[in-house]
Amino acid sequence: MTPTGSELSALSLREAGAGIAARAVSSRDLVEAALARIAETDGRIGAFLEVTAERARAAAAQADQRAARGERRSELDGVPVAVKDLFAMKGVPTTAGSRVLEGWKPPYDATVVERLEQAGAVVVGKLNMDEFAMGSSNENSAYKKCANPYDLSRTPGGSSGGSAAAVAARQVAGSLGTDTGGSIRLPASFCGVVGLKPTYGRVSRYGVVAFASSLDQVGPLARSVEDVALLLSRIAGHDPRDMTSSPRPVDDYLAALEDGARGLRIGVPREWLQSGVDAGVERSVRAALAVYEQLGATLVDISLPHTKYGIAAYYLIAPAEASSNLARYDGVRFGLRAEAKGLKEMYAETRERGLGAEPKRRIMLGTYALSAGYYDAYYLRAQKVRTLVRRDFDEAFEVCDVVAGPVSPTVAFPLGTKTQDPLQMYLGDVFTIPCNLAALPGMSVPCGLDAVSGMPVGLQLVGRSFDEATLLRAARALERELGALPPPEGR
Amino acid sequence: MALSLEQVRRIADLARLRLSADEERIFAEQLSAILDHVRQLEELDVTGVPPMTHALAAGEVSPMREDADRPGLTPQDALAGAPAREGTCFKVPRIIE
Repeated sequence: MTPTGSELSALSLREAGAGIAARAVSSRDLVEAALARIAETDGRIGAFLEVTAERARAAAAQADQRAARGERRSELDGVPVAVKDLFAMKGVPTTAGSRVLEGWKPPYDATVVERLEQAGAVVVGKLNMDEFAMGSSNENSAYKKCANPYDLSRTPGGSSGGSAAAVAARQVAGSLGTDTGGSIRLPASFCGVVGLKPTYGRVSRYGVVAFASSLDQVGPLARSVEDVALLLSRIAGHDPRDMTSSPRPVDDYLAALEDGARGLRIGVPREWLQSGVDAGVERSVRAALAVYEQLGATLVDISLPHTKYGIAAYYLIAPAEASSNLARYDGVRFGLRAEAKGLKEMYAETRERGLGAEPKRRIMLGTYALSAGYYDAYYLRAQKVRTLVRRDFDEAFEVCDVVAGPVSPTVAFPLGTKTQDPLQMYLGDVFTIPCNLAALPGMSVPCGLDAVSGMPVGLQLVGRSFDEATLLRAARALERELGALPPPEGR
Repeated sequence: MALSLEQVRRIADLARLRLSADEERIFAEQLSAILDHVRQLEELDVTGVPPMTHALAAGEVSPMREDADRPGLTPQDALAGAPAREGTCFKVPRIIE
């Protein structure tokens, strides 16, 4: 019997790939089902900035020809996915969510896009995001609103809001996002999907529009831990075109996936469950920790004393780097140019018209923090505090294998509630930022629905450097015990 | 710590941003609040703490790429997204009068 479109849309990446291998479904059917689902639901969700239907159909036809010959490039061959609109795709508009790049078509592919396509995955579109990945609610997108599939009046989280919403709404089974201060884990948590930020250096950033270069990292989102592991396996690994990419061999992320939580030492930072965390979030997180104990893991009380300073350090370091990275949007080589008389006027006019409030705010903050007379007091001090945050984790990993706590102090909040107060928005990143500052791998895995709002809650797991395998194993153990979240109703 | 409008204008000029009068006022207020928050870093004694100047893991090195010629972008590809060009050059407003 031929599966229906909604059945195809509910398949995991693994199931879809296996279906193609068994010739039970075609890549064409899967891609058409994804395109139909996007057409039907995206008016309400707003996850896509660009749908690459023609390119996807052509790729699907090739995948089906390979399947007919019995060839398989990977488990993902022929399977539809989508990527945050921060990744360069040759000839496909790439905006970074900003007007300053409206209409720009990159002359090359990002390494991660190239790797996905080499594995046979079919990219069906580019996903909505906060402008230049700056934001925690997707409300800084210069193009359109993105809604949380669990409640359309709430934020999907940011900055990879479209990447999480598209997966939760079953438009695609897997996506790529980026995480500079929580931008994969926060939307994953808000939308009830699994998201992983790999260790700094594990995945190439070549062809990824830069925000804060000492923090940015690319990672996968999907509805299951296994699918996240599959995607990570495809994108991880050394890339000579990214100087920060690590030459270490990539672990087999699937090998230990089902090994369970027995024997794991799970560190629970005191500072992460103190006041300020919503009751519903705390309840779900504590319940997940209890599950780990039942599964034979040991909970270890740890301290990450510099947690509260993370936001302050981050909101100096990230804007400082952004002020430098965004200097390239000057109307000369690509993107928008506003006509003006002199060169300096052209720069200012172009940036005035092309950049939204949040990038401007961060450029201002970063320029100030780096300017003569303030460098030592702000940027240098923040880098020293970054060392202290990293040392907190070094000490913690002496006594535990994984750190666990909430992703965010709250569930997804209603759209429009924090847009007037940037500092309030920044404070929501308190638990995700330390992992970026310390350059460690981190995940969000669903651990329940908040009883009051019905919104998903994510458990954050942070691991040792390059130990994504243990993170995935721990996440899988919880997922197996809790089962999948109920899908967003009627959407 | 409150940033003056004067300081906001100075930073905007350094960053090649042009702000409206409204933006200047709002940014002065918002940036002052953010700077107040980041001042809590002053509570910490960072004597003898080295700054974290890169994010590579302990012992990680960036291998140097072999110094070999490789194909790059063609001038046509590199110029394809340029707002204005002339021949194989990016065209900009006149700099020297």
